[in-house]
Amino acid sequence: MRATDWKRYLRRWEFLLFVCLVVVVIYNSVNVSNFLTAQNQVNLLQLSIEKAIVALIMTFVIICGEIDLSVASMMGLSASVVARLHESGWNMALAVLAALAVGLGFGVLNGFFVAKVGINSLAVTLAGYIGFRGLAEVFIEDNSIGDFPSWFTKMGQDGIIGPITFSILLFVIMAVVATVILHFSGFGRQIYAIGSNARVAVFSGVPVARTRIIIFAASGLISALAGVLYAARLGAVRASTAQGFELDIITIVLLGGVSIFGGIGSMVGVLLSILLVLNIRNGMTIAGITGNTQTGVIGLLLIFSVLIPNLAARAQGRLLRPPVDPQFQAPRVETTAQNAG
Amino acid sequence: MTDRLLRHIRPEQFRELILLLITIGVMLFFWTQIPNYFDPRSINRLTVGLAIPLVVAVGQMLVVLTRNIDLSVSSTVGLSAYAVGTFLGRHETSPWVAALLAIAIGVGLGAINGLLVAYGGVPAIITTLGTLALYRVLLVEISNAKTVTTNDLPEWMGGLPSKSLLTVKDYDLRLMAAVALIALIGGHLVLRFLPYGRRLYAIGSNPDAAKVAGIPAQRDVFLAFVICGGLAGLGGFLYLIRFGNITVTAAQGLELQVVAAVVVGGVSILGGQGSMFGVLLGVVLIEVMQQSLLRWSGLSEFVKDAILGLLILIAITVDAVLLVRLREAWVNTRRRDRAKTRLSLATEGAADAGD
Repeated sequence: MRATDWKRYLRRWEFLLFVCLVVVVIYNSVNVSNFLTAQNQVNLLQLSIEKAIVALIMTFVIICGEIDLSVASMMGLSASVVARLHESGWNMALAVLAALAVGLGFGVLNGFFVAKVGINSLAVTLAGYIGFRGLAEVFIEDNSIGDFPSWFTKMGQDGIIGPITFSILLFVIMAVVATVILHFSGFGRQIYAIGSNARVAVFSGVPVARTRIIIFAASGLISALAGVLYAARLGAVRASTAQGFELDIITIVLLGGVSIFGGIGSMVGVLLSILLVLNIRNGMTIAGITGNTQTGVIGLLLIFSVLIPNLAARAQGRLLRPPVDPQFQAPRVETTAQNAG
Repeated sequence: MTDRLLRHIRPEQFRELILLLITIGVMLFFWTQIPNYFDPRSINRLTVGLAIPLVVAVGQMLVVLTRNIDLSVSSTVGLSAYAVGTFLGRHETSPWVAALLAIAIGVGLGAINGLLVAYGGVPAIITTLGTLALYRVLLVEISNAKTVTTNDLPEWMGGLPSKSLLTVKDYDLRLMAAVALIALIGGHLVLRFLPYGRRLYAIGSNPDAAKVAGIPAQRDVFLAFVICGGLAGLGGFLYLIRFGNITVTAAQGLELQVVAAVVVGGVSILGGQGSMFGVLLGVVLIEVMQQSLLRWSGLSEFVKDAILGLLILIAITVDAVLLVRLREAWVNTRRRDRAKTRLSLATEGAADAGD
């Protein structure tokens, strides 16, 4: 594909998202009287703010051509660490720092195995997905730990600027920072380079291993932060805290137009996708559809967000290319295609 | 020394040998810790516990072999167990019909996965992460929060879990374990002797090359997902037999144990590599660990998943570090041998010419 081609395609994907968002918002506000109030919009964001925060770093991970399945387990683990340390008498702030350190440490470990040992990130983070949840179970067993100090739960639940909570404020700041890093910094360009073709990136002098470790370390750290915020908002922690969140998070990122194969995607798309998914969920909640069915709808969205672009690309290819032997499917050879373009 | 060893044994076999030794070592360790470790009751419990993960792992292995993954198996197991359980509560049928129904449900669900992955071009991890949620939701929707209980099930079901085909000194070969063994051996024969099995290796090793070589990769991958679904459906039937009470959360988390077993058993997550014997070892090791840890008073039951995660990490690291070196050494040995033969042939030829 030509460079201008995918840019045009990208613009169209984000435009499509925007149209979907407008449609969903209009549909919801017609059906629900107070949907468009500031309070409901803040509530809607607040109810999934941790997923939105992790989706930001997941965008980096997937554009880099990797995947991190362990984020939800890491959220559960960090929440468990906070709860366990608090219960055993630690200062709350220290407990939070310890949880963040655990996230950073395991993130670096993930990055080390991916970048230095050279194992597929799917396998590494699958181990993390099981193992971190297992560690959370070791800490919490089948208890539910709560009784956090009031400043901690207030941080999770109360607004600091009007109805806007600390988590939302943090998310907005992080979204701005993430956009700047991804689209307006050398580091961001390197991530795209690695995601498009890691081998070429190595030969072009991009510090591939270091970048990957940084990305996974950040993923661990931010997931741990999200886990702490989640614990603060809920006020109680179980070992199964945040279980299954990776489905929503990966859905948001892929629906935002980020290619699962890396190298393609934009922060604008992901932010639109966050709003879209949250509005769909909120609309369903108000319409009385239960959480389980919502998860099913998200699962469908996840599949279709990849299937539809695929089918569209195939249809486009069929229209553009002269008909060839349908039995023969040549392998994708990207370099020649680019040269031809 | 290494040369001589590498002439007789492939790196993959070496890996399986290590795994076998580790499994035996683990069992011996727990034997010293837990009284009556090898008595018939515990061994029978172990073989019955192995049956469900083993059946599902055989299907999973075929999928992983093609460089894909099926995370939706646990929901398939739950859904087929629940659906068949409900069906048996309302209609009188024979065990065979019930088993076939379970397999058919699994085949249908697997076909959806296969269609999306092979023909829709959606990566397997995305597809099956989605269907993992979808199939579970389907189960919740059709169940109306009711559970299947043993009272709903027909009489013949009651005797099946402890039904033994062969008993040697109280050590049973239970029906469930036998079914799993048949699936395993069937899978082994397919991979070893059928062209389809060989094609799966080819597809997993290099999908593009396989396509260029004229292998119907789409159809083969589709079929792998269908078989995986069918075996998961059979796993659901075994689940129904074993537990009798089926809630909407039935078999939740089983996919992790199965994928872990397959990966620990030496099936490369990048496809094209692995054997059914390895899968058996992986399933046995994980099941032994889980059951023994439950019985070992030195540890709480909650370390189970943490150890599972650690096991996977160790297995993939060993693959990445040790196996690559071993394979290099193996190739070098062959190369040296060939060079030596060529040299000796050449000198013989020269001697002949000199005469």
